[in-house]
Amino acid sequence: MHELGITRNLVAIVAEAAQGRPVRKVWLEIGTQTALLPDSVRFCFDVVRQGTLLEAAELEIVEVAPGWLCEDCGTPAGGEAEAMPAACAHCGATRWRRRTGQELNVKAMEVETCV
Amino acid sequence: MCVVCGCNSKADVRVEGDTDEHEHVLADGSRTRHRHAPDEGHGQAGGAHAHPVLNAHAHDHDHDHDHDHDHDHDHDHDHDHGHSHSHAAHRQDAPAELVALETALLDKNQRIAERNRGWLSGRGVLALNLMSSPGSGKTTLLVRTLRDLSGEFPMCVVEGDQETSADADRIRETGAAAIQINTGAGCHLEADMIERAVQRLAPASGSVVFIENVGNLVCPSLFDLGERARVVVLSVTEGDDKPLKYPHMFRSADLMITTKMDLAPHVAFDVGRAERHARSVNPTIRCLRLSATQGEGLDEWYGWLRAMRRIDPLVRPSSA
Repeated sequence: MHELGITRNLVAIVAEAAQGRPVRKVWLEIGTQTALLPDSVRFCFDVVRQGTLLEAAELEIVEVAPGWLCEDCGTPAGGEAEAMPAACAHCGATRWRRRTGQELNVKAMEVETCV
Repeated sequence: MCVVCGCNSKADVRVEGDTDEHEHVLADGSRTRHRHAPDEGHGQAGGAHAHPVLNAHAHDHDHDHDHDHDHDHDHDHDHDHGHSHSHAAHRQDAPAELVALETALLDKNQRIAERNRGWLSGRGVLALNLMSSPGSGKTTLLVRTLRDLSGEFPMCVVEGDQETSADADRIRETGAAAIQINTGAGCHLEADMIERAVQRLAPASGSVVFIENVGNLVCPSLFDLGERARVVVLSVTEGDDKPLKYPHMFRSADLMITTKMDLAPHVAFDVGRAERHARSVNPTIRCLRLSATQGEGLDEWYGWLRAMRRIDPLVRPSSA
């Protein structure tokens, strides 16, 4: 349900940046720990883009797996598992700084340039 | 969406006492005032809402909101390829440009949240975002807290619910100031609602503002409101596997409170297991157990509140 509002943000941000040019493709980055379902965003996108510059746009969603850095020694961890690792493989510490997994960014768009 | 000003998605949101009336200058120089609350969401296309004209000069103001700017970007190539063209074909017939955007989708909410955080910390106000599923006992805990700590420091409450002011009414019975936000169809609070509510509450310096989010363990976790810490409330009448089922919520919280501990002997809920699950998704989460009706464990909660009030407001207790 919250995907609808967020997808409206997406279309609004892209449409504003497009400045009247039809949009062909949008790249969206979604961390897997954002509580946002890519399929749901795709569904909402099909609805929300109607009547906008994004009407014919393709949506490409890039999912980003979670990653952390050890607060003590800086060793990276994560990548596939969704849960935070128990202890650092290098120094044994258990405090982590988040590196990836909570992205929610419009990366880029491809627009038509009418010559 | 309001075609006049574009202030769309929040049309159903009502902040108590906030009529949100505002003025627009129309293209012909005339002025119109309208409001978005309460119960006056702008209807969809051709919405029949009245736009009273203040400087009433007599023109027949029958605007039918029909988007008369027609985007007529005349392509010179004739568009007779129906609309069944493939994207690939489209790609070939016009040059394209790749534009980097690198914009956070929740950028607007995030900016307002940061502004709220600055506004609150500048006044030495501690704002806490309380989240849980419906019926976990957030309001009961708040009512008890307000009664027990009244006189120690000022406190007020922002209540988020889809409908009714029942919770704000319960809070006001304690003598504390409260403001109700009704999100309508919305399933969570957002930063701009807090901005309006908090400015209306005008919390005194040194006070604590409890923000009781809409009962929901999913989307509230996604929206920063400008709070200093997040508190997730879990009651023993729920399942002790909730932290695993709703990891986003427990991952984003600074404190987990297990409530209704007086009922623990009568239910299958294993508090130790719930806390282990919470720590497995968030090793830095702090855990408390209490009963707001019987009083056990409240001292630890009050100790946490007092400690939070003393912490430098510019430092969040733990990273999200």
